[in-house]
Amino acid sequence: MWNYTDKVKEHFFNPKNAGVLDGANAVGEVGSITCGDALKLMMNVNPATNVIEDARFQTFGCGSAIASSSALTEMIIGKTVDEALKLTNRDIAEYLGGLPPEKMHCSVMGAEALRAAISAYKGEEWDDDHEEGELVCKCFGIDAAMIERAVTVNGLTTLEEVTHYTKAGGSCQTCHEKIEDVLDAVLAKTGALKPAKAHAPGTVGLDAILPLKPKEAAATPKLTNVQRMQAIMMAIDEIRPQIQKDGGDVELVDIDGKDIYVRLSGACSGCSQSAGTMMGVQMKLVEKLGEFVRVKPASLMPAGA
Amino acid sequence: MAGIYLDNNATTRVDAEVLAEMLPLFTQDFGNPSSMHGFGAAVGGKIEWARKQVQALLGAAHDSEVVFTSGGTESDNTAILSALEAYPKKKSIVTSVVEHPAVLALCDYLEKKRGYTVHRIGVDGQGNLDLDAYRAALSEDVAIVSIMWANNETGTIFPIEELATLAKAVGAVFHTDAVQAVGKIPMKLADSAVDMLSLSGHKLHAPKGIGALYVKRGLRFRPMLRGGHQERSRRAGTENAPGIVGLGAAAQLALHHMQDENTRVKALRDKLEGAILEAVPNCFVTGNPANRLPNTANIAFEYIEGEAILLLLNEHGIAASSGSACTSGSLEPSHVMRAMGVPYTAAHGATRFSLSRETTAAEIDQVIAVVPGIIERLRSLSPYWAGAGAAPKAFAPTYA
Repeated sequence: MWNYTDKVKEHFFNPKNAGVLDGANAVGEVGSITCGDALKLMMNVNPATNVIEDARFQTFGCGSAIASSSALTEMIIGKTVDEALKLTNRDIAEYLGGLPPEKMHCSVMGAEALRAAISAYKGEEWDDDHEEGELVCKCFGIDAAMIERAVTVNGLTTLEEVTHYTKAGGSCQTCHEKIEDVLDAVLAKTGALKPAKAHAPGTVGLDAILPLKPKEAAATPKLTNVQRMQAIMMAIDEIRPQIQKDGGDVELVDIDGKDIYVRLSGACSGCSQSAGTMMGVQMKLVEKLGEFVRVKPASLMPAGA
Repeated sequence: MAGIYLDNNATTRVDAEVLAEMLPLFTQDFGNPSSMHGFGAAVGGKIEWARKQVQALLGAAHDSEVVFTSGGTESDNTAILSALEAYPKKKSIVTSVVEHPAVLALCDYLEKKRGYTVHRIGVDGQGNLDLDAYRAALSEDVAIVSIMWANNETGTIFPIEELATLAKAVGAVFHTDAVQAVGKIPMKLADSAVDMLSLSGHKLHAPKGIGALYVKRGLRFRPMLRGGHQERSRRAGTENAPGIVGLGAAAQLALHHMQDENTRVKALRDKLEGAILEAVPNCFVTGNPANRLPNTANIAFEYIEGEAILLLLNEHGIAASSGSACTSGSLEPSHVMRAMGVPYTAAHGATRFSLSRETTAAEIDQVIAVVPGIIERLRSLSPYWAGAGAAPKAFAPTYA
């Protein structure tokens, strides 16, 4: 069973803005019934202000496809088309509190439909006719341009990730080398081909997973050391009930710059999921502090500290 | 978890009587049957009784034809590899396109890495095997034929006796993956041309991790696992005694309930299917409606996607399964649906309800009450759906 977030479930079980929008002046259709998912995004854009005043969707697809479509409409209503164009699939996934890796292509479908609808509104040629790049994956009709967008926006580095995000290469697999060629070319271009950071044993390499958001970090006023400590303590207190529900506990031991040392106890100690729990604590802290921190087990504290 | 469990082709609940038979094996009769003392002797006797219980379910001539394994996948792998090793000069394998991955993935591997020729026989729109292609693929170069008895997704039954007889005529070993069929179809392997047969405990109310391979007496056999004399050196490794005893008890119960499966359960399945087909437009039954397992209903709903159906069913406490791509993460709809030529408009919406002897009439009534609303709700979200009676592309399968 997929581990969907509550937000995904909320948007799947009670989708917002589902149905046909009469008189829509910007319509984007992506996907196909053959591929297993398809999205028709309909928008009403005010020609005077370029503001998206209404949006609706129809989706053929799984739970996360429907949730992504619903989330997309919520995110774009009230924005100008230029503001909306800045949204990426990552924003959709983040809005939903994350998607399982294998389902990220649902968020990409949302972003692609938005681009298609805005292209239609502007009277531009939607590049889905694959003129700018030949088809890489024939099974799902994916071209190099779409792979490049997904790789760039989401910082993808492996073939498996590209398949999760675009479906390319997920069927007959004969295009795997081609995908890897595109991937290598994009990575070379963006200079993103650098080795993953090494992590101390037992720590979580979350910086590799959780994209940092410099724009928000910059907006957050700098905290004093005392304020920061209080914020960390409050964040940990907020998570504790959840962990205690599973028969465990978490305790703050020390703060050393970006390194936050905690001790897991009760059912958490020695639990095979403890790395996951640490990661959850870290995500909460990053979210609350608006800066990147690394949560480590107290056992890794430097000697003599 | 409480709810309506209609996913019995995936796995079944362990019968309380089976569990009761197993429990003493953990703490009381825990000895190793190979040991020279009383602790072991008690266990050995129970294992031999279980062998007889499985023999009875299969209608086998000898109890020694039953080899206990860890389950269907191990039995399938053992059977195919044994035949290839026993007939090293023969370089072909015959199977079907709708087999379980336990057979298909092994055949792919043997083809790519060991140079075997694999003939994968196709099926028609109802899932029936292409018998002409089957006959054409048989030759003296075929070491083994491996064809399932009944399909796990549609329940469609293959003519195993006919297929086995044809295979024997060219000197090939005939193996059948009967994981879904055992306990639902009466068998008498003593009078059959079938050489080997795989079965799995957890499909018939025994626990997971136990199964058996039937090996006809006199058949050339080469073990896959080496390392001990257990199972007459045909499957090394200390016996999973609790599992074996559980499988034996489950086999006996299956024999006892087979009549019920083929009458009451079948009637419930037919009721469920009939009611859904009547209430929901643009859906159809996949597989051969006249020749399939009594417990399986696979209904393809057009213009919607299976995972979404399952999520909404789950909200009502109903467990089913789907051949849709999204449930497996594979991106491709089920190979069985594609092999039958079910159009993509419906293949993604194929939903399997598999009943068991535990299923009640009240449960089926509840499912019937819920399904039409779920389908309607998802179709209202689908860009391909133009409303009941005004379907964008009416699909009239020849066998609906």
